[in-house]
Amino acid sequence: MAKEMEIMEKIKEKKEVKNIIDNDQSKSLQKIDIKNVKVWYDDFNAIKGIDMNIKPNSVTAFIGPSGCGKSTFLRLFNRMNDYVDGFKMEGKIKIDGKNIYKKKVNVEELRKEIGMVFQKPNPFPKSIFENVAYGLKIQGIKDKKFIEARVEKALKQADLWDEVKDNLKKSALALSGGQQQRLCIARTLAVEPSIILMDEPTSALDPISTAKIEDLIFELKEKYTIIIVTHNMQQASRISDYTAFFYLGELIEYNKTKTIFTNPEKKQTENYITGRFG
Amino acid sequence: MNSIQKNRLKDQLFKIWGIVCTLIGLVLLIIFIGDIFIDGISRIDWGFITDLPSRKAEKSGIYTALMGSIWILVLTTIISFPIGVAAGVYLEEYSKKNRLSALLEINISNLAGVPSIIYGLLGLELFARIMNLGASVLTGSLTLSLLILPIIIVATREAIKAVPTSIRDASFALGASKWQTIWHQILPASGGGILTGVILALSRAVGETAPLIVIGALAYVPFAPSTPMDEFSVLPIQIFNWISRPQHGFIENAAAAIIILLLITFVMNGIAVYFRNRWQKKWK
Repeated sequence: MAKEMEIMEKIKEKKEVKNIIDNDQSKSLQKIDIKNVKVWYDDFNAIKGIDMNIKPNSVTAFIGPSGCGKSTFLRLFNRMNDYVDGFKMEGKIKIDGKNIYKKKVNVEELRKEIGMVFQKPNPFPKSIFENVAYGLKIQGIKDKKFIEARVEKALKQADLWDEVKDNLKKSALALSGGQQQRLCIARTLAVEPSIILMDEPTSALDPISTAKIEDLIFELKEKYTIIIVTHNMQQASRISDYTAFFYLGELIEYNKTKTIFTNPEKKQTENYITGRFG
Repeated sequence: MNSIQKNRLKDQLFKIWGIVCTLIGLVLLIIFIGDIFIDGISRIDWGFITDLPSRKAEKSGIYTALMGSIWILVLTTIISFPIGVAAGVYLEEYSKKNRLSALLEINISNLAGVPSIIYGLLGLELFARIMNLGASVLTGSLTLSLLILPIIIVATREAIKAVPTSIRDASFALGASKWQTIWHQILPASGGGILTGVILALSRAVGETAPLIVIGALAYVPFAPSTPMDEFSVLPIQIFNWISRPQHGFIENAAAAIIILLLITFVMNGIAVYFRNRWQKKWK
């Protein structure tokens, strides 16, 4: 009898965990509206007034030569520029109708909604499990079963689970570069953001790892809004739905990726994507 | 001679010059340590460590001075570690980078270069007289804490600076607050470096003599301190006192005490090196 009870109890627990996970899927779609945004670093005018709308559940690629301001622009959406000395910003960025640069905005809450993956894989010098669980633990979540379920789910989403499920306690630094970057994506997914920013996520990786991450981005766009900065023209054309071309702190052209790559309106865009400069 | 040969010759000359310079320091140290060992090694036995000081050289031990040094070491650690590390974290992570912080930075580096006897005078006036703590272990520890705080602050800042920005970015991007990032990522990652700096600073404090003489530490204390308010002596002062005596027996005692003091600093530096290596390995 006692054993039966125990089994029943376990089944119940599993169901509860599953419920938690299923409930999290119901995220609202979030639109990003950018109105006349200007950015300075001390006297340097890095962004010179940009207006654009980013569509939910799509992949938007930012392209342009080095120093054109695309990374600065990307880092505005989760306010990662706030800590940079001499950073000054004007204009409005509205996510779901709310200006994220209002004084009242809780930056930590904002960053839970808007995840970020960086250029170089940057796992914490901790175990694989701890890396993925970090975002949850700092929110004060202590429920072990919940954390374990989320970690597993995130690693599965990032297509890394099968490779690491037996050594979750191993140091994340022992993984290969491509695995580390997928771990960083899993870490971001574990917090369940609705928007994911990617700053040249494959520029430090070999072609095979790059292909894996591109596949991943393709799968993720069903549930997330993804903005990706890339130097790789082919990558932009392969994975994105919309492409924005930046040059010297200005948005030169923004359209469906197909249009940008086959029939760009501006001469500058055409010159850049055909490799005549940049 | 063509330019390639010239450059090679220069390279060789500099190498030889470098070896000579390294040897000068090393040889002097070896002569010094050898001389002390010859004088003092025969004097070291268990009795030397556990005996109280006496007027007769052969009956004298370093017990009270050794215990005084240990008391000072422990109290100085308790006082200086949290203050120094917190100040370092604040300066590196929170304070805005402007002229005021630059001024502060220069002054902290300057403080590290102030002669220790000046700290002794400050300790005498502030702790011994104004705060009425007398020539106690606490006064000594507070004074030495002031002395090594700049070193700890600078070491903490250097260790924190060495933590890659990418770790910080990753933590912030996951919604961590500044404090969470410092506590969960930056301090664990820089811990080895901070600890190294703290231990090196403490091993300097153990060897300090001048500021403690100024605040009134005694050369002769019949008992080891049992509370922070007790009077005390420390190893360097005991050594200083013995050396100034005419009898040969005390010179031997001084040499033996120097060996013990060297051993303590050697072990402390060894621990520091161990932490540094372990910490560097973690990041590779």
